[in-house]
Amino acid sequence: MSNVLDARSEILARIRSALGRDASAPNADAAWSAIARNYQQAGDLDPVNCVELLVDRLHDYGADVSHCPQSQLAATIAGILRRRNKKRMLVSPDIGPAWLSHDAGCTFIVDDALSYEAIDDCDGVLTGCIAAIAATGTLCLCHQSGSSESIGGRPLQCRRALTLIPDYHLCIVRASDVVKTVPEAIRMLDSHKKQPITLISGPSATADIEMTRIQGVHGPRVLDVVIVD
Amino acid sequence: MGTPLYRESLDFPTAALPLLKNEQLRGNVRHATNVIQEKRSHVVGEMPDWQLLRDAGQSIRAHTLAYLDTYLEQFEQRCTAAGGHVHWARDAAEANRIVAQLAQNATNRVIKIKSMTTEELGLNRALEAAGIQPVETDLAELIVQLGHDWPSHIIAPALHINRHQVRELFARTMNLPELGDRPEDLTEAARQYLRQRFLNTPVAISGANFLIAETGGVCIVESEGNGRMCLTLPHTLISIAGIDKVLPRFRDLEVMLQLLPRSATGERMNPYNSMWTGVHPGDGPQEFHVVLLDNRRTEVLRDAEARETLQCIRCGACLNTCPVYRQTGGHAYNSVYSGPIGAILTPQLASMKSGQSLPYASSLCGACYEVCPVKINIPEVLIHLRGRIVAEKARSIHALNPEAIAMRAMQWIFLSSTRLKTAQKLGRIAQRPFIRASGWIEWLPGILGGWTRKRDLRPLPPQSFREWFEKRAAGSGGGPHE
Repeated sequence: MSNVLDARSEILARIRSALGRDASAPNADAAWSAIARNYQQAGDLDPVNCVELLVDRLHDYGADVSHCPQSQLAATIAGILRRRNKKRMLVSPDIGPAWLSHDAGCTFIVDDALSYEAIDDCDGVLTGCIAAIAATGTLCLCHQSGSSESIGGRPLQCRRALTLIPDYHLCIVRASDVVKTVPEAIRMLDSHKKQPITLISGPSATADIEMTRIQGVHGPRVLDVVIVD
Repeated sequence: MGTPLYRESLDFPTAALPLLKNEQLRGNVRHATNVIQEKRSHVVGEMPDWQLLRDAGQSIRAHTLAYLDTYLEQFEQRCTAAGGHVHWARDAAEANRIVAQLAQNATNRVIKIKSMTTEELGLNRALEAAGIQPVETDLAELIVQLGHDWPSHIIAPALHINRHQVRELFARTMNLPELGDRPEDLTEAARQYLRQRFLNTPVAISGANFLIAETGGVCIVESEGNGRMCLTLPHTLISIAGIDKVLPRFRDLEVMLQLLPRSATGERMNPYNSMWTGVHPGDGPQEFHVVLLDNRRTEVLRDAEARETLQCIRCGACLNTCPVYRQTGGHAYNSVYSGPIGAILTPQLASMKSGQSLPYASSLCGACYEVCPVKINIPEVLIHLRGRIVAEKARSIHALNPEAIAMRAMQWIFLSSTRLKTAQKLGRIAQRPFIRASGWIEWLPGILGGWTRKRDLRPLPPQSFREWFEKRAAGSGGGPHE
């Protein structure tokens, strides 16, 4: 594999020569810290208005949004699944068993290294999220993998394939996890930054044909959200 | 045929001419660019800190280029520690060879996420030559691939094609004679066509929007979910990234993920952003490769006045706003990178040996600079590159070309007031037969006709400013045109 090493040293040498030095420059960290970041670092809305903005943005993407107190969560989830006629739902590890009601008329399936075909046979997936960004209507999922099932005491979301192959995604958002801006969410994700992360803003979509937005291409075509106080 | 990057030897004005006569194409391009521009201006307008974000975006990208070697080494080390394999490729041939070898070990078919970098490499042709069938999974790239067409836009490669044309193409190539022509029908056809391919193809190939040096992670930004399918389901994932795609830290995404979607598609956030770091046990590909590509990016880095070209995050906003691109569409540029960014990137990536007409494909109006989310001063780079092209011509055999000779003659004349005065007198006599009743010169012979083919020329006035000034000093007074 000497060829590989050659390409590496040659490219690094070309870069240093282009930048007019013969070794790595020191102090990249200091220079990075000196970058001016005068943009908004945090939102300026109270929690109620922040959640309202999130709901508005989610509607804008065509997602259905419900809002309920913690005590009503199981009933709310059951109602949505009955209305959507979902019979087989995959469940992410961060969804408490207390939220899964028999009234849903639905089998809840826990991932046990399921094959893609088995996942494809399910009607949808039920997950939580680490954070939600109101300004952009974004749900932030951190997926568990390997030995890192819970970081900071909170379970993460299921592996990526479960939130991708089924045609339906029901996502539970805690009102206390809603932030207004992207920088706030990136800070919340920082301790999970080596995990797989998926940011979801509405159902999959394309505008490749005449710039007409079509919802539902390859990812889940329908996205429902429950915001729980 | 030229290199994969740059297609033919046709220069921009020649290539643009037939496209300007294609009303269908111009209508499609006008519609698409209008829609994106309107959406962009709406979602950018609602950001009170947009200019501050642009400032930060520019600083982050410029900082990264200044420490590019440090950040690439850091990325390599962290990605490797997380179970990924990092390869380095000096040029297109080397990158294509690495990817084809990795794929050949596992499969004869790969699925692909839209990537302009792989277009630049001509990767699909290289894979086919190695007996591997590449399947494009982005809707627009699928349209381009099935139609044996060329991408005409960085973000929306099939922007030059309308729904009826897509319907004809899909009906023929997917054998769907009953297919409708609503965008919903066409999207559903693509979903059906690709579904099984996603579930059972063992190798996927992607580009990368960002590499994160701090974590060794990769970020891919997309809309349809085809990207997530490719980077989640196969056993092996190969991501190809220009060395310019690296970001110092995870936190820098808080700037880029605000700038990119609003600039690219006019969305507050695109539907899906994926980040991953090496191999995650039990989740996603269990074999992961990154190919770091130079392909003359280091030459761009070497030119301090054009280096900012590499700050580009490929949003395509400069294409949509460019009065030249909006008239011609992308194909006139004969490059996978079209529009203003293509006009500065293409000739540099081609070592200024081809694409030399592209820096002139601009009126220097500055609209591209206004919309650029990382504040690349494209007009200044265009002028700088024009200067390089002229200087290189002057050094070469082309020093004997009529334009260079004329410029040297002008220089000789301008250096002496006597020679200038004599030349002006001669010019006034020589122009007489060409001045029309309108008072304008509308036609000139020979190479001078290059000017009058597109515009009229005002004749030399009967009296020059210097002549008037001398007479005035001598006491005859009056205005210059009396």
